[in-house]
Amino acid sequence: MSAFNAIGEEREIDRDEFTPSVEPQPTWCPGCGDFGVLKSLKQALPEVGKTPEEVLTVTGIGCSGKLNSYLDTYGFHTIHGRSLPVARAAKLANTDLEVIAAGGDGDGYGIGGNHFIHTARENHDMTYIVFNNEIFGLTKGQTSPTSPKGHKSKTQPSGSAKTPIRPLSQSLTAGASYIARTAAVNPNQAKEIIAEAIEHDGFAHVDFLTQCPTWNKDARQYVPYIDVQESDDYDFDVTDRREAAEMMYETEDVLNEGTVLTGRYYVDEDRPSYQEEKSAVGELPDQPLAERYFDEDAEWERSYDLLDRHT
Amino acid sequence: MSSDELIWRIAGGSGDGIDSTSQNFAKALMRSGLDVFTHRHYPSRIRGGHTYVEIRAADREVQSRGDGYNFLLSLGDSFARNPQEEAYYGNEEIKPLSENLDDLREGGIIVYDEGLISEEDVEAIDLEARAEENDWHVFPMDLRGLAREHGREVMRNTAGVGVTAALLDMDLEHIEDLMSDAMGGDVLEANLEILHEAYETTREEYEFEHDLRAPEGSHETEQALLSGSNAIAYGAIDAGCRFIAGYPMTPWTDVFTILAQNFPDMGGVSEQVEDEIAAAALALGASHAGAKAMSGSSGGGFALMSEPLGLAEMTETPLVLVESMRAGPSTGMPTKPEQGDLEFVLYTSQGDSSRVVFAPSSIEEAYEQTRLAFEIAWDYQLPAIVIYDQKLSGENKNVDVEFFDREPKPDLGSTLTEDELAEAAHDASGKFKRFNYEDAENNVAPRSLPGQKGGRYLATGNEHSPVGHISEDPDNRVAQMTRRIEKLDSIREELNEEHESNQTYFGDDDAEYGIITWGSSHGAVHEAVERLNESGHSVKGMSVSDMMPFPETEVTEFLESVDEAMVVEMNATAQFRGLIQKELGRFGEKMTSLLKYNGNPFEPAEVVEGYEVNLADDDREPTAQVRIEPAAGD
Repeated sequence: MSAFNAIGEEREIDRDEFTPSVEPQPTWCPGCGDFGVLKSLKQALPEVGKTPEEVLTVTGIGCSGKLNSYLDTYGFHTIHGRSLPVARAAKLANTDLEVIAAGGDGDGYGIGGNHFIHTARENHDMTYIVFNNEIFGLTKGQTSPTSPKGHKSKTQPSGSAKTPIRPLSQSLTAGASYIARTAAVNPNQAKEIIAEAIEHDGFAHVDFLTQCPTWNKDARQYVPYIDVQESDDYDFDVTDRREAAEMMYETEDVLNEGTVLTGRYYVDEDRPSYQEEKSAVGELPDQPLAERYFDEDAEWERSYDLLDRHT
Repeated sequence: MSSDELIWRIAGGSGDGIDSTSQNFAKALMRSGLDVFTHRHYPSRIRGGHTYVEIRAADREVQSRGDGYNFLLSLGDSFARNPQEEAYYGNEEIKPLSENLDDLREGGIIVYDEGLISEEDVEAIDLEARAEENDWHVFPMDLRGLAREHGREVMRNTAGVGVTAALLDMDLEHIEDLMSDAMGGDVLEANLEILHEAYETTREEYEFEHDLRAPEGSHETEQALLSGSNAIAYGAIDAGCRFIAGYPMTPWTDVFTILAQNFPDMGGVSEQVEDEIAAAALALGASHAGAKAMSGSSGGGFALMSEPLGLAEMTETPLVLVESMRAGPSTGMPTKPEQGDLEFVLYTSQGDSSRVVFAPSSIEEAYEQTRLAFEIAWDYQLPAIVIYDQKLSGENKNVDVEFFDREPKPDLGSTLTEDELAEAAHDASGKFKRFNYEDAENNVAPRSLPGQKGGRYLATGNEHSPVGHISEDPDNRVAQMTRRIEKLDSIREELNEEHESNQTYFGDDDAEYGIITWGSSHGAVHEAVERLNESGHSVKGMSVSDMMPFPETEVTEFLESVDEAMVVEMNATAQFRGLIQKELGRFGEKMTSLLKYNGNPFEPAEVVEGYEVNLADDDREPTAQVRIEPAAGD
């Protein structure tokens, strides 16, 4: 019998199960796009058949970091920028867990940028949602890595001299096997994309546009948007790396000029996840490591048996 | 005829095979029945440069490198032949000979490779005159030529070992056995030929006028030769650790490598990751999900781990980190030992810390205390740090094989099963009260694991309520903080009651003078205390391993029992003495410090000299590269 009975449990799951029945109430501002991420997760998880107890949500710091306070799953609210290394190790230690990491654009593309590159490179089997509102919210409105060039804030009063980061292109270059962008103002698409990302075997990166009504009133990122899969103007093959790269590049150029494209940009179902690769070279046990600690029949090797080489 | 002790130094360039040769020779000496202890000196470069390994062997326990040495096998630095005339490292094949002479004892033996070291170079360093003055016995041998003749140039190490065996009147049996274990076919054939020819030639060519012979001894039980890094890795394995994440950094890399190589066969997981923040965060994530996990680094890398370390404390996630000190600050001296990171490890990360820190002082303690670190970390749900240094990490010593013959202990401490969770406290929403301060026994709040039924909670690095939600409620803050900090009192109590003391005592119980030390300096201090007592002084010693929680009672009793004490440690600012004063709030006027921070560990004679200078109570300075820091108020 498994020590983790919540994992793989098959039953009808109500989305209300994901809402904590007592405090805390979200501290997000009225009109905040973060509500959209929370809502789409609550809808997507029951749809893909996940119970609250088999899901581990790992978050960073900032408004986005509070996601798992308002979502009733197992949660690890870590520190700024460090959600990914914590999340991917949890998955390696118990490959049966459904691991979802989330953080903001400062958290994920700034301070956690290095982890982002390497987690995508290794193609860890997990979902990564970046709340992208082009601003630091909880620290009160400073320029973030996705803020447009020329963006004025208290820390860049003359306007930012920096070109914003290109999260989709960077993700593709690094090696993510599922890359999409969605927006809080497009809840139906958001739910679908999050569900797909969760079901994808590999690193699924979702750049989730979330409006910040308090600190980023001028940003036009969220209206109007065009769904690239629905529009006849954008015909490209999401499984073709080169075409996807071109589409991303175009999108990222115009993102701050009023046209916002959302949808799936790259989907590679063939690339094995890191867990599969590691297993293939014999570096990941078949039985989830965490299970073994509860397995009474498990044999534990001893260092005593290694001493031959020292005598 | 045999001698009291042999201290054999093999010197050459990095990459000349000094390490593997010495490892084998040390094993051969161990198999012949001797106790051995090795000391490794190497520069921070891959090839060339002055490197040596010392093997001390005697028919009694050896706990330090000893003072100086009495046999030099100088191979010549084959990587020193730099094509650039003006190059920084120059053409210095002679360095392995010239750089080592200062520490060679009177009456010692020198074997050098005249195939690589030229006659002019030897003349230039006045070897003949110095040999006469010090009664050294010099044996120039064409080791390179001999190796070339029967095999390849790199086999000159084997020739050197053959000459050594001849000069020390040793049997070749153990050396041959070890060679057969390590190689086969033509390579083995060639090496054996070289070994024998070197042995015979030496015996034929020279008459031995020197007194030094290999000591003779016997072991009652089977011995294993291993390093502090081996011991830490093995302690982790036996504690049930099966997840390691790391980033390479000398000297921590050794532990990382040993586990990375063994884990695939043991169903464990090892990850080399992008940086040390990630490394510690991975260990934390794996631990959170239910694996016994560890990470580690050396000073500079450990600096990056301060974030995940604090997160582990706040979320009460068990974790073991090892910190292998090297000389700092910053990149410092990458391959040289120092005990300079103590304060850093005790206090790094923001806020009031709830962590355990052990500083093992020997190979055996490194094993024991790594096991203990896992046990405490998982029982009390906090990070435990094992702090040691480049010296303990790299030195090899023989240990009774039976010492390791014990059961693994993979249990997850105070982690609940689903049945236990069903009985545990939950809030109205059905969330598990993971951080329940009301029923905490020994201040421990047992945890659940993601995927368990009935265990849902939020682990957060913010201050949090019993179910883990962010909370700035003052009452909750005080209750949670107090419980986390008071774990240390519970741990101290457990360490006092249920475990054998981690502190080591030696010397004369009634002595009025005490020497107190910590970590890897223990060996040299222990030997110095024995020597002082043999020469009529009355001294006792204490080596402290528990850094946090601090063994208040034991150290107080020791310091109260002596009139004066000397604190011996390898750093410039007397960090351990500072810790004693901070923890005990007194004894400042009783403690003098003997400090060394030149990159080399203490030799027993330096400790003896420090004692004598201190006792003389005058302005005399010690002759060695050590510094006396007088007692507070002196």
